[in-house]
Amino acid sequence: MTLRIEHVTKKFGDFTAVDNLSLTIPEKEMFGFLGANGAGKTTTFRIILGLLEATEGNVTWNNEKISYKTSPYIGYLPEERGLYPKLKVKDQIIYLARLRKMSKKDAIKELDYWLEKLKVPDYKNKKVEELSKGNQQKIQFIAAVIHKPKLLILDEPFSGLDPVNVEILKEAVTELKNAGTSIVFSSHRMEHVEELCESLCILHKGKTVVSGSLKEIKRSFGRKNVIINADFDLSFLQSYPGVVKMKKTTEGVMLQIEGEDVAERIQRELHGKGFVRKFVLDEPSLNDIFIEKVGAEYE
Amino acid sequence: MQNMNNFWTVLSHTYISKIRSKQFIVTTLLTLALILIMANFNKIIDLFKGGEDEAKVIVVIDETNKLFTPFEQIVQTINPDLKLTSEDASEEDLKERVLNDEIFGYFILQLDENQLPKGTYKAKSLTNFSIPSDLNNALQQLKMSVAAENLQLSGEQLQILNNPAQFDEVALGSQGKSQEELSQARGLVYVLLFVIYFAVIMYANMIAMEVATEKSSRVMEILISSTPPITQMFAKIIGVAFVGLTQLALWLGVGYVAIKRNLNDMTGGFFSVFGFENTPLSTIIYAIVFFLLGFLLYATMAAFLGSLVSRIEDVSQVINPMMWLIIIGFIIAVNGLTMPDATFITVTSYIPFFTPMIMFLRVGLLDLPLWEPILSIVLMILTIGIFAVFGARVYKGGVLMYGNTGALKNIKKALQLTKSER
Repeated sequence: MTLRIEHVTKKFGDFTAVDNLSLTIPEKEMFGFLGANGAGKTTTFRIILGLLEATEGNVTWNNEKISYKTSPYIGYLPEERGLYPKLKVKDQIIYLARLRKMSKKDAIKELDYWLEKLKVPDYKNKKVEELSKGNQQKIQFIAAVIHKPKLLILDEPFSGLDPVNVEILKEAVTELKNAGTSIVFSSHRMEHVEELCESLCILHKGKTVVSGSLKEIKRSFGRKNVIINADFDLSFLQSYPGVVKMKKTTEGVMLQIEGEDVAERIQRELHGKGFVRKFVLDEPSLNDIFIEKVGAEYE
Repeated sequence: MQNMNNFWTVLSHTYISKIRSKQFIVTTLLTLALILIMANFNKIIDLFKGGEDEAKVIVVIDETNKLFTPFEQIVQTINPDLKLTSEDASEEDLKERVLNDEIFGYFILQLDENQLPKGTYKAKSLTNFSIPSDLNNALQQLKMSVAAENLQLSGEQLQILNNPAQFDEVALGSQGKSQEELSQARGLVYVLLFVIYFAVIMYANMIAMEVATEKSSRVMEILISSTPPITQMFAKIIGVAFVGLTQLALWLGVGYVAIKRNLNDMTGGFFSVFGFENTPLSTIIYAIVFFLLGFLLYATMAAFLGSLVSRIEDVSQVINPMMWLIIIGFIIAVNGLTMPDATFITVTSYIPFFTPMIMFLRVGLLDLPLWEPILSIVLMILTIGIFAVFGARVYKGGVLMYGNTGALKNIKKALQLTKSER
């Protein structure tokens, strides 16, 4: 049940939206697609789903091309949210579930479960246009998972939700993953990907900048972060060898350094200069990696 | 098989959600009410007549002193609702009674220099058009008989004079339908033209709106990830077709029953002119065939036009050119009712956009060789096929396309998007 994207290129006229993308997304994992707006995430998803045909390359799932034959096993939450505004929640979820070959009876049972799970059981008989945007999104999420897909594709699932609802949805997604669903999702919010995904890729202008497992990516990035809070002036660290970046905070500085050895040297350097309240060596955040990799492209 | 299933799911969803929509229920009921009112129009008029029912009194001042009785008899045969009384009142007095609504009007019956009757009718207003004309007719007849008497014509001679001339019409050639058949057919064709025209406008619009709604609400992306756009498009067209047939069956059924019930009162009136009594079966079959073909042609067009816009507000903009086609066809057809064998009618009846109305008009009114309607039907089916293939491709690309450029540009873009797709 592995999803394989092999040398996929998509051109719209002269514009290349996805450029020679190759990825292997393992079964029963959560895979994150990171990228700025226009990086080609949605286009990639549409190619995976077969809504768009790749100009070159191909996508297989379970060694088979994804087609309308496999559609009952695939769930999709599009970035462009949309449901029938005039239809009741119940009616449209049943309709969408039936299009994915689920029986009406099973759909109703599953719908009740999810409405309860997402804490919106009262909306079953409401029209979608009466719901708030965040709640519409929950319903849309239900539409994507109602037929128990084996592969779930979520395009920006958390955008537009308040923190409470983000947590509710994260919980639901994690539960699905633990139940064995392979999940691919895109986001431009690093922390969500960092929190949920085992593997990820960063897309930039249609190209993969980084891809692999989260741990691997962080390790190979090399750079680390050091947070220092001290009572004395730390500005000399700006030009200290091995320091890539420095940011002043209210109580001290935050450094990005080239490697652990630099941290050691800094620690020795600080010795005797005064009281150091805090000295923390930290893994780089995905955000740092993203800015580094994608930002570099602009220069 | 897989997609066939979804075809029925989309079809039944389209059908059921349309049938249950408020809009559908309201238009259906309103139109039904309208049909019932129309069918019972004469009864409703009778209902309001109540107060006016008593005979209208017209006072006659008979200055000839002998013609009142024959005049009154003639008037009675022409319009039994008029009540004539002879009085010797003064004009001043009568004028006042007219103005006070005591009597409807008065009539001065005199003799002219040739000793023939002449008359003057005076009433409050001359808005009632039939009374003066009835009186005038009666006076004409009276004058005839007075003149005949003066000329000392015998009764036989008088009869010869009174008999209307015989006037017959005979149609020569194979296209001939008798005048009677023609007027019947014309009435039916007229009614069915309206049905085709309104149905096509209404349901084509419904389809375009439906597609645009799915697109603008962005539900389309989920839909096409589970069902091929072509399956969707045709399931939707057929679904709306069933909605249309349900609605029309209801309207025509109720209309038919209502008219049938009233038909006894109406024979010889309005409805026999419109030829409802003995319609040839072939006309009905042609009506159904052309209605369905016209619907399919315009529905396919509407579906792909609807897929080109991303906002509901833009639907009318892309649909307009199509509406013009229907309106032009309708205008040509209405003109053709009085001259179905004109060259421009023959020519336009083969243009597929106009065929449903104009070819139908021709088969209804003329005796056409069978190949003519069949050729036009084949042409229409071909056009529908072309539009379906082309439309399905545009639809496929169009539904993924958002943004707002001109319609033609959109068609190009949509085709590009579909180009290499499965």
